[in-house]
Amino acid sequence: MIKLTINGQPQTFEGDAEMPLLWYLRDEKDMTGTKFGCGMALCGACTVHIDGRPARSCMTPMRSVDGASISTIEAAEEDRIGAAVQAAWIEEQAPQCGYCQSGQVMSAIALLKEKPSPTDEDIDAAMSGNICRCAAYPRIRQAIHRAAREIK
Amino acid sequence: MSIKHSLTESSEGFRLNRRQFLGGLGALTLAVGFGGRIAVAAEGSLQAGEFVPNAFIRIDKDGFVTVISSYLEMGQGTFTGLATLAAEELDITPEQLKVVGSPADAEKYMNPVLAAGGFKVQGTGGSTAMAGAWTTMRKAAASARAMLLQAAANTWKVPVTELQVKDGIVSHTSGKQGSYGEFIDSASALPLPADDQISLKDKSTYTRVGKADGMMRVDIPDKVNGKAIFTQDIKLPGMLVAVIAHPPRKFAKVASVDKTAAMKIPGVEAVLAIPGDNIIQGGVAVLAKNTWIAKKGRDALTITWDESTGSREDSEALFTEYKKLAATRGLEVGNKGQQVEEAPDGGKVIEAVFELPYLAHSPMEPMNALVEITDDGAHLWNGEQWHTADQAAMAKELGLAPEKVTVTQLYAGGSFGRRACPMSDYIIEATRIAKIAKQNGVTGPVKLVWMREEDVGGLFYRPMTVHNNRIVLNADGSVASWRWRVVGQSFFPTPEDQVDSGLMEGTHELPYAIDNMLVEQHLYQGDIPVSWLRSVGHTHTALVGEVLIDEIAAFSGKDPYQYRRALLAEHPRFLKVLDLVAEKANWNSPLPQGKNGERRARGIAIRESFGTVVAQVAEVTVRADNTYKVDKVYCAVDCGQVINPVNIASQVEGGVGFGMSFLRQQITLKGGVVQQTNFNNYPALRINEAPAVETFMVDSSNPPTGIGEPGVPPTVPAVLNAISAITGKFIRRMPLGAHVQA
Repeated sequence: MIKLTINGQPQTFEGDAEMPLLWYLRDEKDMTGTKFGCGMALCGACTVHIDGRPARSCMTPMRSVDGASISTIEAAEEDRIGAAVQAAWIEEQAPQCGYCQSGQVMSAIALLKEKPSPTDEDIDAAMSGNICRCAAYPRIRQAIHRAAREIK
Repeated sequence: MSIKHSLTESSEGFRLNRRQFLGGLGALTLAVGFGGRIAVAAEGSLQAGEFVPNAFIRIDKDGFVTVISSYLEMGQGTFTGLATLAAEELDITPEQLKVVGSPADAEKYMNPVLAAGGFKVQGTGGSTAMAGAWTTMRKAAASARAMLLQAAANTWKVPVTELQVKDGIVSHTSGKQGSYGEFIDSASALPLPADDQISLKDKSTYTRVGKADGMMRVDIPDKVNGKAIFTQDIKLPGMLVAVIAHPPRKFAKVASVDKTAAMKIPGVEAVLAIPGDNIIQGGVAVLAKNTWIAKKGRDALTITWDESTGSREDSEALFTEYKKLAATRGLEVGNKGQQVEEAPDGGKVIEAVFELPYLAHSPMEPMNALVEITDDGAHLWNGEQWHTADQAAMAKELGLAPEKVTVTQLYAGGSFGRRACPMSDYIIEATRIAKIAKQNGVTGPVKLVWMREEDVGGLFYRPMTVHNNRIVLNADGSVASWRWRVVGQSFFPTPEDQVDSGLMEGTHELPYAIDNMLVEQHLYQGDIPVSWLRSVGHTHTALVGEVLIDEIAAFSGKDPYQYRRALLAEHPRFLKVLDLVAEKANWNSPLPQGKNGERRARGIAIRESFGTVVAQVAEVTVRADNTYKVDKVYCAVDCGQVINPVNIASQVEGGVGFGMSFLRQQITLKGGVVQQTNFNNYPALRINEAPAVETFMVDSSNPPTGIGEPGVPPTVPAVLNAISAITGKFIRRMPLGAHVQA
């Protein structure tokens, strides 16, 4: 049996341990904020935090998260930095289709937790794993800078 | 040309021939003044306790307004544009409204711009939403307001002229006031104002339209917290997820399938052979309780394919074939003046053959659709760009009348035209799977989920093309004559004597003052189906046209901006946009040079598409190792009346980024097999490569024109022109890749 916490709630899982965390969240827990984009950790739409670190849930088998603490987009607003990132995203009117944005927001939160005042280079390094086909990148960049100012 | 009578909306669904359809699209720019009636009844009505004056507005007893969008929200901001128009005419606040997608209904929700072009469907395409809604939504909201004010006047027994509205509150000079909600009962009994009696606000009184803070995007709050619902997110009781194995060699058929291993996986409910045809690939679908199990089951199949019907298409061979065709006379698309055979003394002949690849749309949400077959009909959940076309295609697949198929409209996680497939491919595939499942006793709604690999390999690409140009220049650098031949495929089965404007748009309509111009078309009847990709024909014709204008200007050493100015002297709208971008980009002052070993330059391009004129200046750095970076793109836009300036800027920024992806993308085939599979080999622009973008809008009082697509076409040529200014070499083949030619 795999034990983990999701957004602070203890969970147990007894199914296929090879199933990626993404499908556990989406299909078993009905937490559909985390998105399926590529299935190969190439696009970042499925980004969640595992023990505080950003991770691509589409390539994270359940067996590897035994004992782990997972946080997802559904709990982002409960976090001070998460709420600041979401507010900045709205303020900058960043999303277009919005499908990649859960992953973008989760990657940005992880960046700001590590580097509260990121440079453009820091943003490039932390966010280049998250594809946005609408190419909302200029607004995502501005939103990260805005959130950084807000959390000071 | 009158194309109104040429509609063929039959019981088996409409299948316009391509001329009728494309003729419709070609008429877009003429149709923006469409004055469609929005009334669907003689009077307002009360439905479920709400005032329903028309098909677009509902108002409840609290005065809360539901705006009904006949268009898909796929990221282009249409929901917000509609909300802006409704809030403006109703004088309500953003907090007093929401926007919902409409059901599919060709009568109530016909796209007025497409309809004016003779294509009577509900659809979201051709960047037409705001051009159409500019009339329909404003009238819908204004007539609701007029009826509510009349109801208030009747209730209070005061002249309606003494009433005013602010933030959804009606007030009278006497001090009486009440919310819209208080008058919905009596308004419902009033006659609808005659269409020509509906008075719309004057521009000078706008408080929201055209204002940066007029309306924040209505869809964004739920897109930052994971609550926005896409097709991928829908889960119904008893629903099965279908993951399909498509034939690797396109249009091969299933010879046999060993499903033993798949059926042993707990949760796999069915393994079904799905016959393909010339529209859908078909293959073998695995239906399971969740997506992962379905995929695992799919991956456990052993399929033997009958490749006798499989495609043998090979893109390199196709380019060779196209180039051969391009060397011969084609169908005349446009011809003015006389072609000049030889260059005059001191002149030059430019022979330029461009090779441009197939491109996939690859939106972030791979194609999917959820189909439920009921006892007397069927229901579709989808991010639906081609509402009534898909409805008809699904009905045909099931042998039903179109009205027996109902549609729930959801957000689409991008589309870029993929969800407007002219042949409804993925909808038919989902429907066929659900139908065959039912025939095999597997009941319950079926959600087809394409993995990224099925999406990239899912055909209906932007057509690959070869453009063969012969330009004769006079000694002074002016164009003596230009012959432009395009070879490519049509989106529809097309007789060879018909012009395909989806392929040819932006060639013969070139605005430049060139007296002698001949444009020819060759249609290739290939195996690989093609469709429109965001900005359609302009994705390739703008590249070729604008790169060649720079090459022409270079011959006589003329400045590319000034050269364009001279050729656009008769087009004040173009000049305004061109001058604006040049001014904002400081075109006339030198570009600061880069670090050691870096070379920098600007490139410029301009294009009208979907009624909108966009010019861009790209600032590009070529590094010592011949990699390059697009540092910044300045954009100037004339899209008529600005509705949401922030959204327009956002769409143009996105258009630039979408275009920049073309620098690296190509779909290639070998022996009928698509070589690309996922974002590793079909790359998309990432943030570290994304330029800064600044957008400037021309102040205009003309009716609004498109904005979802027009940002795309100038980007690639502006970037290529900057690179050529650095390297002195003109680029003829896409994708460019990561390096420039030294």
